[in-house]
Amino acid sequence: MMDKLIFGRYVPADSAIHKMDPRSKLIMVFLFVFVIFLANNVVSYALVAVFTLAIVKLSKVPARFLINGLKPVLILILFTFLLHLFFTKEGELLYKWNVIEIYSGGLRQGIFISLRFAFLIVITSILTLTTTPISLTDGLETLFNPLKKWKLPVHELALMMSISLRFIPTLLEETDKIMKAQAARGTEFSSGPVTSRMKAVVPLLIPLFVSSFKRAEELAVAMESRGYRGGEGRTKFRLLRWERKDTYLVLAICILGILLIVFRT
Amino acid sequence: MGEMGETIVKLEQVVFKYDGQERNAVDHVSFEIFEGEWLAIVGHNGSGKSTLAKLLNGLLFPESGRILVKEKELTEETVWDVRRQIGMVFQNPDNQFVGTTVQDDVAFGLENAGIPREEMITRVGDALHKVNMDQFLNQEPHHLSGGQKQRVAIAGVVALSPSVIILDESTSMLDPKGREEVLETVRMLMEERGVTVISITHDLEEAARADRMIVMNQGSVYKEGTPKDIFLLEEELISLGLDIPFPVKLSSSLREQGIELSQIHLTDEELVNDLCELISKM
Repeated sequence: MMDKLIFGRYVPADSAIHKMDPRSKLIMVFLFVFVIFLANNVVSYALVAVFTLAIVKLSKVPARFLINGLKPVLILILFTFLLHLFFTKEGELLYKWNVIEIYSGGLRQGIFISLRFAFLIVITSILTLTTTPISLTDGLETLFNPLKKWKLPVHELALMMSISLRFIPTLLEETDKIMKAQAARGTEFSSGPVTSRMKAVVPLLIPLFVSSFKRAEELAVAMESRGYRGGEGRTKFRLLRWERKDTYLVLAICILGILLIVFRT
Repeated sequence: MGEMGETIVKLEQVVFKYDGQERNAVDHVSFEIFEGEWLAIVGHNGSGKSTLAKLLNGLLFPESGRILVKEKELTEETVWDVRRQIGMVFQNPDNQFVGTTVQDDVAFGLENAGIPREEMITRVGDALHKVNMDQFLNQEPHHLSGGQKQRVAIAGVVALSPSVIILDESTSMLDPKGREEVLETVRMLMEERGVTVISITHDLEEAARADRMIVMNQGSVYKEGTPKDIFLLEEELISLGLDIPFPVKLSSSLREQGIELSQIHLTDEELVNDLCELISKM
């Protein structure tokens, strides 16, 4: 059950990317999303490809994880490819059959957009595959810290996220238990028509909701009794450490951006 | 047992009522808790013992009456100081585990108290060492047993070095092995650190290990005394819905049968020893 639900999950490995500060990885992904839109010719796409492959290589993440990450969006990629292929009417006419006309510009554009999609997915997957959810939360908390000035409850959001992460396995276990309990009472979860299967989810969700609320209440009491009263005056146990390789990563994405500006047409 | 320390917590005529209920959940309760003792508060469901626990930790405030912790009254102003003094371990091992890993969870209370990071690291290590969980530093909660989670919860409390630890039904969801682990840990903390323990429970076998017992019924103190005194009440306890521990039952049945046992027995061991002695005399 766990495997199906948490896609793009953390893959432990001993790599340079794994050891990097989550903040540098977040900044890199954030900038990458913008930088990739600068690419518009073969040279610039080749540069982006080199960058992406270098990150993949450094992360030591097995390729099958990345391919798995691409699978759900494959249809989307294919769809945009075909859309561009058939409807962009630029360049020379390559092929004509009835109303279908394929131009060289369309083919080019289709390939470029599909690649852009794939690179984006790969880079964002690398982020989640090499960073534990909790350090990702820590990274986001420190990056968004300046927004506290505008009354954004950064600490509270980060705590909410880390508590949710902590309770995922607990709730999955509970779902499993309730499913078995309901199955023992004759509920069919995996067979029958779609409507009855959807109805079967109700006796699963209601007990789960009720118990989640109960858990939340008990957790709140426990937190209060352990002296929790908001982010004010709180110290942090987990420490993020920005090292030289983090600076290199951010520099690398900046250089890629500059190169793309130079080589784009 | 025996020598009693100074009064650490004092309740004076405490009254508490939940909204929309007619009866007081806690009704004019007064007693003292002494430094370094293990006090068990027992009672049937709805006897007011859990409400008492929440009152002691400032999670609820009395309608009338006072609670004094180290001679300071527990009020909205002093509640955060009191919580540093009185740590609490709750019933459900899962619903009090805040951190994503064992060490994060132990650090949670320290983070709240604003302890500097360097000190936090040593304190987390020490506390986990005390409860014998130091090999699980980076373990996630769903890989731990109930007893282990409760020991982590105890470590989280111990890290803040409170003078009093309240166990609010902390062993009731554990298997016998987990329960033994937790009670053994608490016993050791009492001996090594001199912490005062208040265990709130409906399990008289757990209460039998205490130095002193308070029996609650319908919101008030029904009886107060050493476990031996309390278990002499047998029938009365049963009528309050409490279950007498097996060795106590066996010992009294044997006495009824005319076997000359001198006293009441709280543990299997005591009973076995006395029986062996008896046989050797025959």
